[in-house]
Amino acid sequence: MSNELLDIKKLETFFYTRAGIAKAVNGISLSVDKGEIVGIVGESGSGKSVTGFSIMGLVDPPGEIAGGSIKFKGEEIIGQTEEEWRSFRGAKVSMIFQDPMMTLNPVLRIDTQMIEAIRAHEKVSKKEARRRCVETLAMVGIPSPAERIKSYPHQFSGGMRQRVAIAIGLLNKPDLIIADEPTTALDVTIQGQILSEMQTLCRKTGMALIWITHDLTVIAGLAHKVAVMYAGKIIESGNVQEVLDEPLHPYTHGLIGSVPSRNKRGQPLYQIPGMTPSLINIPEGCSFRMRCPHADEICMKEPDETISDNGRMVRCHHPL
Amino acid sequence: MLAFLIRRISQSVMVLLVMSVLVFVGVFYIGNPIDILIAPDATPAEYARAVKELGLDKPMLDQYWIFLKDAVHGDLGNSFVYNEPALKLILQRMPATMELAVTAMLMAVFIGIPLGMLAGIKHDTMLGRSIMRFSILGFSLPTFWVGLMFIILFSVQLGWLPSGGRGTTVELLGVPVSFLTWDGIQHLILPAMNLALFKTSLAIRLSRAGVQENLQMDYVKFAKAKGLSNTRIIGLHVMKNIMIPVITVLGMEFGGLIAFAVVTETIFSWPGMGKLVIDSIGVLDRPVIVAYLLITVTMFIIINLLVDIIYSILDPRVRLGDHN
Ligand SMILES: Nc1ncnc2c1ncn2[C@@H]1O[C@H](COP(=O)(O)OP(=O)(O)OP(=O)(O)O)[C@@H](O)[C@H]1O
Ligand code: SF4
Ligand SMILES: [Mg+2]
Repeated sequence: MSNELLDIKKLETFFYTRAGIAKAVNGISLSVDKGEIVGIVGESGSGKSVTGFSIMGLVDPPGEIAGGSIKFKGEEIIGQTEEEWRSFRGAKVSMIFQDPMMTLNPVLRIDTQMIEAIRAHEKVSKKEARRRCVETLAMVGIPSPAERIKSYPHQFSGGMRQRVAIAIGLLNKPDLIIADEPTTALDVTIQGQILSEMQTLCRKTGMALIWITHDLTVIAGLAHKVAVMYAGKIIESGNVQEVLDEPLHPYTHGLIGSVPSRNKRGQPLYQIPGMTPSLINIPEGCSFRMRCPHADEICMKEPDETISDNGRMVRCHHPL
Repeated sequence: MLAFLIRRISQSVMVLLVMSVLVFVGVFYIGNPIDILIAPDATPAEYARAVKELGLDKPMLDQYWIFLKDAVHGDLGNSFVYNEPALKLILQRMPATMELAVTAMLMAVFIGIPLGMLAGIKHDTMLGRSIMRFSILGFSLPTFWVGLMFIILFSVQLGWLPSGGRGTTVELLGVPVSFLTWDGIQHLILPAMNLALFKTSLAIRLSRAGVQENLQMDYVKFAKAKGLSNTRIIGLHVMKNIMIPVITVLGMEFGGLIAFAVVTETIFSWPGMGKLVIDSIGVLDRPVIVAYLLITVTMFIIINLLVDIIYSILDPRVRLGDHN
């Protein structure tokens, strides 16, 4: 029996816009084991959210999954019927979004929005559902949850709202939670609290977690594995500590260089030159070519994935 | 809440006062009613007596002052034509107008909102586009023309529905109404549809825009991510969000519906206050015109106040007094 929960192979999600085809996710492969915490890191627009939405079957038109496979517990989920998707979402995999101010419905009470999430998947009485909701709110650190559950979203602070959203994600005890930058909109202390709470929750419940962020430091203390995305591709992945200590891809190296740290205090931060390429006209060859200090003629050819014995993957002709 | 009410009521009194001055000056200058009211062969003595009786010999300011003093006591003067209190005449006709306006509003709500939501959900289908075309027509065709076409089509050509009057009425709580008899309903359909057309188009537009805007929102995507069915997302989550602005705007428009009933009532000879005021303008029956306008403005004010209160009940984020 394999320990593998999610297995993404050569996934392609394209947006067919008027300006052309935006290859937001361009052939990524990624696997998540049961109980594993995986970080996806990348600049804005690199395709992190679209990856999450693809797993949830929530890519809105003009976007579409154009190819590849996503297996959940060994079964293909791409091409499920709408009803299969519905019963999959929120029950087997949950997703939490970036902006806690926007994810809850402003005109419905919290209890309405929580109880319906349980009853969408299970035939339980409202009373029993409410009991479970209160319990879950307590678990994510909402004080006096039995009273607070009757509030409207605007009566909560941003941090509390994000906790409510996380609680909603946890309600049906999914095997996997996809957290799409859930703490970027919050201040640093709250960020830290939520992060460590999530980690504890995963350990306690055996739930797997995909944590999407553009902030490498967040991943460092949290995840087992990290995948670095650039222009719709995963350009490097592997054990978090190894990737951070010894990045193989020039882009990852640049990312680490641009993070302030104790032993580099006083030195200027490294800035990756240039900008993310437009996903509509990705240059031929390595997509990082224009910004890479090591680029040469070979890089005019698209590099393949190289996987080493210890499971580290890199897409570069001249790994560091 | 109390402070809010007091503020609103004192504002309303100011509005009514200003309004009464404007109306008074207005009717003063549209013509002298005596020329219409009195027989053309009257002697100068008779003429002078009639002028004195109606109080038209006094300066405008004095006339206004008398009017205001009486108005405070609930007396808006007697009609020159019927020689009955203007207020009473209008209140007698009010139920007919209200019945027409309420029916038209219900049509707009129960036809316009579902059609608009449908058009928003299926915006790039034939159905969605057809609904939008209908609403464009409803917006741009003049009410009186549509009314005439209704009569030509449904009454004259097809002979399905009567073209005027209220039909048989029965008393409901002492007020005569048409909608409780089959004959009355038949009389009500055409004028109500005519009056409802514009507001239905408005309801379609508002709900369609609301649905399209809301479907883009994160909370809808999050609701999908919870595994909710589309029926519940549209029927509860989106619906509750669009109802707030749609009901608010339609509520505000209800006053306009009463005012616009003038046109429809005239076309369909519906015996409401709109028809009364048009007739009164024809004979320069000043007290009735002034009373009608003041009553309509008062109704506008009351409706807007009610809408504000309902809005604050519907939207949990709003507390009365926070907004103004
Ligand atoms: N609705 C859409 N229409 C067209 N293109 C889209 C749409 N949504 C996403 N894309 C394309 O997909 C790319 C990746 O978007 P995505 O939201 O996944 O980025 P991200 O990595 O999550 O960035 P961020 O850190 O800003 O959230 C965008 O740059 C854009 O080109
Ligand atoms: S393949 Fe070439 S251009 Fe791309 S990252 Fe490696 S060295 Fe740089
Ligand atoms: Mg994103």
